[in-house]
Amino acid sequence: MRRILITGASSAIAQEVARRFAAEGDAFFLVGRDPDKLTAVADDLRARGAREVATEAVDLIDLARCSRLIEEAAERLGGLDTLLVAQGTLPDQAACEAQPALALREFSLNAMGPITLLLKAAAHFEARGGGCLAVITSVAGVRGRRSNYVYGAAKAAVSTFLEGLRGRVAGAGVRVVDIRPGFVDTPMTAHLPKTPLFASAASVGARIHRAMIAGEAVVYTPWFWGPIALAIRLIPRSIFSKLSI
Amino acid sequence: MPSYQSWGRLPKATPAAVRRLDWRAELAELDLGTTTALPYGLGRSYGDSCLNDGGLLIDTRRMSRLIRFDAERGILRAEAGLSLEQLLAVIVPRGWFLPVSPGTQFVTLGGAVASDIHGKNHHRAGTFGRHVRRFELWRSDGTRRECSPDENAELFRATIGGLGLTGLITWVEIQLARIASPSLQMERIRFRSFDEYLALERESSDAYEYTVSWIDCLRAGPTRGLFQRANFAERGVGRGRDRAPRTRRPLLRVPFDLPSCALNAAAMKLFNRVIFQLQRADRSARVVHYAPFFYPLDRVLEWNRIYGKRGFYQYQFVVPNQAEGAFREILDRIAHSDQGSFLVVLKKFGGIASPGLMSFPREGLTLALDFPNRGAKTLELLEALDGFVRRAGGCVYPAKDARMSAESFQHFYPQWKEFARCIDPRFSSSFWRRVTAEAGR
Repeated sequence: MRRILITGASSAIAQEVARRFAAEGDAFFLVGRDPDKLTAVADDLRARGAREVATEAVDLIDLARCSRLIEEAAERLGGLDTLLVAQGTLPDQAACEAQPALALREFSLNAMGPITLLLKAAAHFEARGGGCLAVITSVAGVRGRRSNYVYGAAKAAVSTFLEGLRGRVAGAGVRVVDIRPGFVDTPMTAHLPKTPLFASAASVGARIHRAMIAGEAVVYTPWFWGPIALAIRLIPRSIFSKLSI
Repeated sequence: MPSYQSWGRLPKATPAAVRRLDWRAELAELDLGTTTALPYGLGRSYGDSCLNDGGLLIDTRRMSRLIRFDAERGILRAEAGLSLEQLLAVIVPRGWFLPVSPGTQFVTLGGAVASDIHGKNHHRAGTFGRHVRRFELWRSDGTRRECSPDENAELFRATIGGLGLTGLITWVEIQLARIASPSLQMERIRFRSFDEYLALERESSDAYEYTVSWIDCLRAGPTRGLFQRANFAERGVGRGRDRAPRTRRPLLRVPFDLPSCALNAAAMKLFNRVIFQLQRADRSARVVHYAPFFYPLDRVLEWNRIYGKRGFYQYQFVVPNQAEGAFREILDRIAHSDQGSFLVVLKKFGGIASPGLMSFPREGLTLALDFPNRGAKTLELLEALDGFVRRAGGCVYPAKDARMSAESFQHFYPQWKEFARCIDPRFSSSFWRRVTAEAGR
């Protein structure tokens, strides 16, 4: 049985991942902002076979609160071996450009919160000699795009952080999984026009579940974002800066 | 981009707006705007009962969480947007199955209630609505009402088979059926006349939970087809597989609309002959997993595209057992029309009544088949069939209908006025406006 902490647990993707672990009888500590939503998710996971589900309504903008969550989860579940960081927002780029405070707030939610959790969890997992640290980052972190660089920068920060962390904890048997989805049809992207590039939360959730079990290092989902990310990386800067993407 | 069509892809309708529900709690601040509203699930209704031209559609597909599952007693409560596919993935490994299953897993729980669906075990279990213990109904006045046979009983009856018009179902609690294995022991028997078919029904109805037949509707003369009967297997039967549903990937997705000539009469006749003769012996028995048994078409995604851009009508009717003569006449009329398709289902409904006020299934012989849309010619044929069904004392299935006249509807469902009193004042559908618009001639 896994003991799993999920932050941003009421997000569409997190729910899909959790359902699959629940079917295997795992235990959960779910963290999110809205207590009603957490209750709905917890009921769902219990009905699907989760051994135990605890919830905690927390605003993850509070970094001090973030840093206590690992111990809390371990205490509630009698141990902790898996962390899935699924918290995140899709900032309004124009608003962020006009208000630096908003840009920093979004950066904090998407990067500083996850990093806080990762540092705490890494130490915890190193001490117990194993575990899985998984974070939902984004294809958007591959390069800084004009249309979405606050989000992209936060995701890139986490991806770079994960790369270094992976090296640090590998010896202790801790796996670090960097999940980079493309467009996913969720409430977070509800306002975006849907193109054929959009994937369902269910298919992305299934892929993440597989990646976490296997302890894969970097996962693009759906798969075609791997080659796209590579292509985007190869575009010379002189051309990239002229693109409107 | 999610599309908001019906499965038959006609009539064409465009909602003025679509609101997607993710959480039950969101209903508290749901603004219906100024138009009428209608819940929309997976869009498997063939006709316009799932459409609301010029109105609001409330997409429930993401409101799909389980709420409670008592695996000892087989009682499950879940949000209305949960699909039967998602439901089966949870219950089959724990030894339970749907009490009544339609021919596709891609319908929502809410839709199953609203259409009061039926399946191959109607003669033993009745309709889906008979296994609904309770549900919650959200009404446009902001109230939420729990409905059961004892509580808000009138709304309970009206909502089962109520085509989504009585309000939005937020969750449903059903009683599941015990199974010892995910596989069935199935027999398939060839018959060469209608009397042979009736004899097979008679000898099978007591001993078999599931019976269904396919017939060749394109061939005049004696009715021929394949009769299937099955029971869930005992524990350990089959190939000793575990009880989890096998992951069956879709075989293919129909990538585009086939040209409408693709399914011409000659091709379909040939197809029918092949189906009829594919099985070498007159009887074959085998063990089969539940998915291919119940949901053979689910492996071909978007199969409705085979009928081309113009779409198709599905026609399902039931006539009382004593109107067997009329039933044969209808078969004859269809065979001579050269318009039917190869997808034809024949079944004998049993006498178990549904709690639903507007439910379609009732004791008798039922036939469901597709008609590619060939315009006026098709509409004339279906209108003529309505006449046969009326004279035989039968009725036509509203959840599959896209064209019956208001007069026919009101004749088939004389209780519609009583039902109309239970409709939510802010809810409507293209179907409902069509079948209630004109006064009965």
